[in-house]
Parts: sequence; structure tokens; C-alpha cells
Amino acid sequence: MLRTAVDLIATADAALIRTIELSLAVSVGATLLSALVSVPVGALVALTSFRGRSAVVITLNSLMGLPPVVVGLTVYLLLSRSGPLGTIGLLFTPSAMVIAQAILVSPIIAAMTRQTIEDLWTEYRDEFAAADVRPVARVIALVWDGRFSLVTALLAGFGRAVAEVGAVIIVGGNIAGFTRTMTTTIALETSQGDLERAIALGIILVAVVMLVNALVWTARRVGQRYAA
Amino acid sequence: MSDASEDRPALFEADRAGYSAGGVQILSDVSLRIRAGALIAVIGPNGSGKTTLLRLVMGLIQPTQGRLTWTGIMPKRAIVFQKPTLLRRTVAGNLRFALSVAGVPPDQREAQSRDLLELVGLWTLRDRPARRLSGGEQQRLAVARALARRPKLLLLDEPTASLDPAATRTLEDLVRRISRPDTTVILTTHDLGQARRLAEEIVLLHRGRVIETGSAAEFFEVPKTVEARRFAAGDLLL
Repeated sequence: MLRTAVDLIATADAALIRTIELSLAVSVGATLLSALVSVPVGALVALTSFRGRSAVVITLNSLMGLPPVVVGLTVYLLLSRSGPLGTIGLLFTPSAMVIAQAILVSPIIAAMTRQTIEDLWTEYRDEFAAADVRPVARVIALVWDGRFSLVTALLAGFGRAVAEVGAVIIVGGNIAGFTRTMTTTIALETSQGDLERAIALGIILVAVVMLVNALVWTARRVGQRYAA
Repeated sequence: MSDASEDRPALFEADRAGYSAGGVQILSDVSLRIRAGALIAVIGPNGSGKTTLLRLVMGLIQPTQGRLTWTGIMPKRAIVFQKPTLLRRTVAGNLRFALSVAGVPPDQREAQSRDLLELVGLWTLRDRPARRLSGGEQQRLAVARALARRPKLLLLDEPTASLDPAATRTLEDLVRRISRPDTTVILTTHDLGQARRLAEEIVLLHRGRVIETGSAAEFFEVPKTVEARRFAAGDLLL
């Protein structure tokens, strides 16, 4: 059984490759889409004080554990024919999967960004005040100096996205060759008894997760060189 | 006072300036006349208000009593904190950032960065991560970064507090070179030897009050107050 699984990987089985490609594309897309919003939001929360800020920070932190199926269900309701965004016709497409995963990982990226920027700001604020650094230049400098931690935040978001099954299976519909990712394929093939394919994808998925962690580790090490 | 610094115009005057925060009076009744171009040492034990005085002069905080009056236009000021925070970048990267914040046009940053790094003796270390430098090197980079603003008034808060004798000497030489042309330098120190080696004028602070001010020569030879006599004699002022 394991042999067949390894063979599937070694022979670069076309359907297997397509599944891996879709999975990676959806999760990378979701991470980048989320970053466009989450990094600025995280930085904004870090650098401003307003009424209810603590509540926002606590909410952001607790949303990191958002259940994927709940995100999937919410996006499903929004995108379904009778939902508020039903007319766009995105349900059961890779775009819907990108949206769902982007929502899922946004609290992670925003919360980690906030923490990073806030810590740096505490450390840099006197110097920036003394040097009259303008607000926009401050944000750019903080994001740049936090770059290694922010990369870690993006990788953490991607790691969560690529490994989840609940959200994509609901909004993607697990359509063969169209919205079938590594995780949804594993769920399906296992229930249908095609364990070789499931094992092959499991091996790939674990390899991807390990690679992501290796990158996190590298980013941290390089970051430490500069943080000292 | 009868030395040559007498005829220098005043850069600023503090008129019964005080500062309190959270119910604690940190500085009281500080009246000072700082002359342009002088190298002034603010001395006094820890907690005497030296750092707060520098922050007031830098404009990072405002006096809660009295005031600070600048003669003519306010000079460009720069401060080097006791524990400077360097950016998570290379030595040159820190300076490029400082120059860009100071409004130096991009095409002049490389040249100025080189000049400043050569001045503080860090040119050969320009590609190192700044926070990996030794304590003395970090202090010198912080001084170079402050100089990127082309200040007329440079404030140094305990610049050698955690440095060994060799690094202290290098930094003191640097301070002398900077102060010579037309930059006023105010540094704080609790190191009496340093005040003696560097300063033209002394301000002795104790428990938030100015105990004595005057030329360094006078201060060390004929101190007027008991505290100054004790401090100058090397007694511990508590």
C-alpha cells in the first residue's frame, strides 16, 4: 500500500500533481490576499489607541482558533445562490476557497503582526520621537524591521490554510479536478477506500508543513542576526 | 566667570524650570544659561534628574513649571540615549535611515554616510548587523546617527556608562572632535574623571536641583558649595 503511494508520487501522477498545485495555489493566494488586509490592520491596532482597543486585541487573539467549518459555513451562506453575495456565482470555485481560507488565517496574521509591531514600537518610540520620524515613515520602518517576524506570521497563516479541510470542503464542494485539494482528497479517498492516493497526499502534505516550519526556523535565525 | 566662554552668546536659558510626573517632582527650579559652542557636563548621582534635563532640552517633554527660552531660532538638536536603540539593519542601513529621516536627498546619502562612518571609525564595519556591534561601537554609531541631523546642539546621555576604558577614550576623543567647530555638546555623566577630562563647563545636579554651575576649572579648583566640594573630592553624593 505504501509502495503504491510512493509510486504515485515518484511517477508524478497527473491527477495527484493537479491536486497539489490547486492546494498550494489556493493557500498561497489566501495568505497573500489576507496579508493585504491583515498586516495593515495589525499595524494599525499596534500603533493606535482607541476605546475598546483591548477588546479588539483579545478578539483578534481568540479568533486565531476559529473553527474552519464555521468559516466555511459563513462563507457558504454569503456566497450561496440566496445569500447576499450569491449573484457573483463564486460558490464551489477555487475563488470561494481562497476567500474562506483568507478569512480563516486573517486573525493569525493580524494578531502576530500586531504583536511584532507593538513590541518594536515600544522599543523604537523614543528614538523615532527624537529623530522626528514622520508617521508613514515610522510604519514603513517598523514593518521593515519586523520583516522576519512578519514572514513568520505569513508562513503560520499558510501552514494553517494548507492543512485545513473544513472550510474548503464546504465552499469548494470537493469537485474532482476543479476544487479538490490535498486535504479534501484525503478525506474523500479515505472514506472511499482508495488509501494509496490518500497516503501519497498525506506524505506530500506533511512534507509541505515541514518545509514551512523549516522556513519559519530560517526566518527566525536570520532575524536574530539583526535583532541581537 | 572670567574665561573665554563668557563672550559666547547664550544658546538657551532655563528659567526656574521644573518637571513632575505622576506626583513625583523630578526637576525643580532649574535656572541655567547655556552658551553656544560650549562642552557642558551635567554631573550628579543616579536619579538626580540628568536624563530628564536632557529630555527637556531635546523637547521630548515639556517643563511643568518655569520655561526654557531659546535665544534666536531654535537650533537643530539631536540626542543619544544612554541605551541607544539601533534598527535591525546593518550599520550603513541605520545611517541611511537617519539621513533619509533628516531629509538628506538620496544621491547624497552614500557620501554622507561614508563621511560619518569614517568620523566615528565604523566604515569597515558598515555591512555588519548594527545590533551585533560591541557596546562602544553601538554608542559611536548612535553618535553618527545623531550627527546625521547636523545638530547645533548635541545631547549625550551617559555616553560611556557601560564602556570599558579603551572604548570610553575613543568616545571622548570623538566628542571633543564634534564639539570643536560650532556644536554645543551637553553630556551627562556620573564619572567625575570624564567631566574633568572633557568639560568646559559643569552643571551639578542633586535631587532634581542645580547645586552649582560654572567653568570646569573653577568647579574643580574652588567649588562653591558643600555638595560640589564633596563631589569634586570624589565623595559619594547620595
